[in-house]
Amino acid sequence: MNYWPLLGVAVIVVGFALRLNAVPVVVGAALASGLLAGMTVPDLLALLGKSFVSARMLLLFVLTLPAIGLLEHAGLREHAQRWMARLRGMTLARLLIGYLLVRELLAMLGLTGVAGAPQTVRPLLAPMGEAAVEKILPTLDDADRDELRAVAVATDNVGRFFGEDVFIALGAVLLIQGFYAQHGIELTPLSIALWALPTAIAAFAIQSARIWLYQRRLQRRALRLRDGGAG
Amino acid sequence: MLRIQYAYWLIAAFLFYVAWRNLRAGQGWRAAFWLLLGLLFGGGDYVLAQQAAGHTLPAQVAGAVVIALAALAPRLRRHPHGEEGDAAQRLQSAIRLGHRLFVPALLIPLVTLLVALFGAHLSIAGHALFAAPQMTLTGLALACVVALLAAAWVARAPVHRGLAQGQRLLDAIGWAALLPLLLAALGEVFTQSGVGAAIAAIAGHLLPEGSAFACLLVFALGMVLFTVIMGNAFAAFPVMMAGIGLPLLVGQYGAHPAILGSMGMLCGYCGTLVTPMAADYNLVPAALLELRDPYGVIRAQWWSAVAIFLATFVMMWLLVFR
Repeated sequence: MNYWPLLGVAVIVVGFALRLNAVPVVVGAALASGLLAGMTVPDLLALLGKSFVSARMLLLFVLTLPAIGLLEHAGLREHAQRWMARLRGMTLARLLIGYLLVRELLAMLGLTGVAGAPQTVRPLLAPMGEAAVEKILPTLDDADRDELRAVAVATDNVGRFFGEDVFIALGAVLLIQGFYAQHGIELTPLSIALWALPTAIAAFAIQSARIWLYQRRLQRRALRLRDGGAG
Repeated sequence: MLRIQYAYWLIAAFLFYVAWRNLRAGQGWRAAFWLLLGLLFGGGDYVLAQQAAGHTLPAQVAGAVVIALAALAPRLRRHPHGEEGDAAQRLQSAIRLGHRLFVPALLIPLVTLLVALFGAHLSIAGHALFAAPQMTLTGLALACVVALLAAAWVARAPVHRGLAQGQRLLDAIGWAALLPLLLAALGEVFTQSGVGAAIAAIAGHLLPEGSAFACLLVFALGMVLFTVIMGNAFAAFPVMMAGIGLPLLVGQYGAHPAILGSMGMLCGYCGTLVTPMAADYNLVPAALLELRDPYGVIRAQWWSAVAIFLATFVMMWLLVFR
């Protein structure tokens, strides 16, 4: 067993730990691993080039930027904030948990591409969430804003990840089925997808509880600020 | 017929436009970076076709371009950019346009959804309108074009202003946009150079004898750890299954294969929530939402990941050895 290619993993760990620019770190790790495994330079270059262009779909979100940018220029985020501030009974927790539910259900139907950070979180969920936070805590500073945005992205990710495994025709289930089939165990996709359901429910409950705790933390801070202001 | 390749050409055209605008603004390095990336997108299909036909030279050139991008990336300082136009003007526009602003934004998910649901049935004169591979993503690309036109119409602004605003957002994201593709390529190189096999061998040495629970724990933690390293549970799954899952848990301890596979994969997903290697979910959104801490999203996900892992592991332990 050749353990030397593991040094590529070490390059990644050290690079991220030292907060170096991630792009050269990742390429350096690939070169280190490949060369230590005994690949020739032309083979390694070809592998790097081929794998990179095969992954082009990961940059598809760039196409959303002109439309989103134009709408933001025309005041989309300001409008989302104003609308949210007017909606009575729409609290931060209801907004985020409602989004989590819709996102997870859509992912269960295999519709992972319809929402995401560029399509829905930046233009809609984040500004609406900021307005909801401002209802609780009018003195919102930059750190609070960053935290809200991070929670919004996290909610989007959790909904997507733990919903998509329940869908029978998506990558994960087919990968599991294919792996077993190669090793002589025949399973139906449905039997695999079904066992993702308990975790899907647990993930929804856990993320909802964390959103609720986040809201309660903000409310307590607002209460303390008010008491402090009065006294 | 609409194919995913057209979306790549559209991205290439947009990247060339971004490069040209940066060049005119005197940002030479930035222009070179987006130009090279645009070339990779425009020429990608040629590279893959030549590779399939046994000619590796275009792929080698593409690999050299990737290295050039890595050399350029540190020169792209992320500049904290002020929003263009003043806030008062945006607010006025928001009041004037009202809910109409939501329409183009919602068109992106809506058109994508319609193509995903009904795209397979659409045809013009007997020719299918959408090619079957990657139909949802082709739909997303189409939705973006429709949304841009709708946004220009709603805001009474020329389309090129949208492209300029898109350039502003892309420059704000900067080199982070490249990470998902690079990490996918890294995963491929790791697999080919036997990193997975080496990790599975180490996990095998650490494995205690005779305890089904300990074996399951090493399997689940191995899925998490390997996913953290590779940034992707799909890469971790075959390695951990071949090393521990199939021979020991299924073969020796009689684990239920469907439960082991499904919940084992979900343990890996918990790893995805906490690793910078899953850049498309963790780092790119942080840049897109202009968080000052690039690891802010991971911080927000940390305790969710721990709790979901524990819940999944306990359920797996209770169910898998029935």
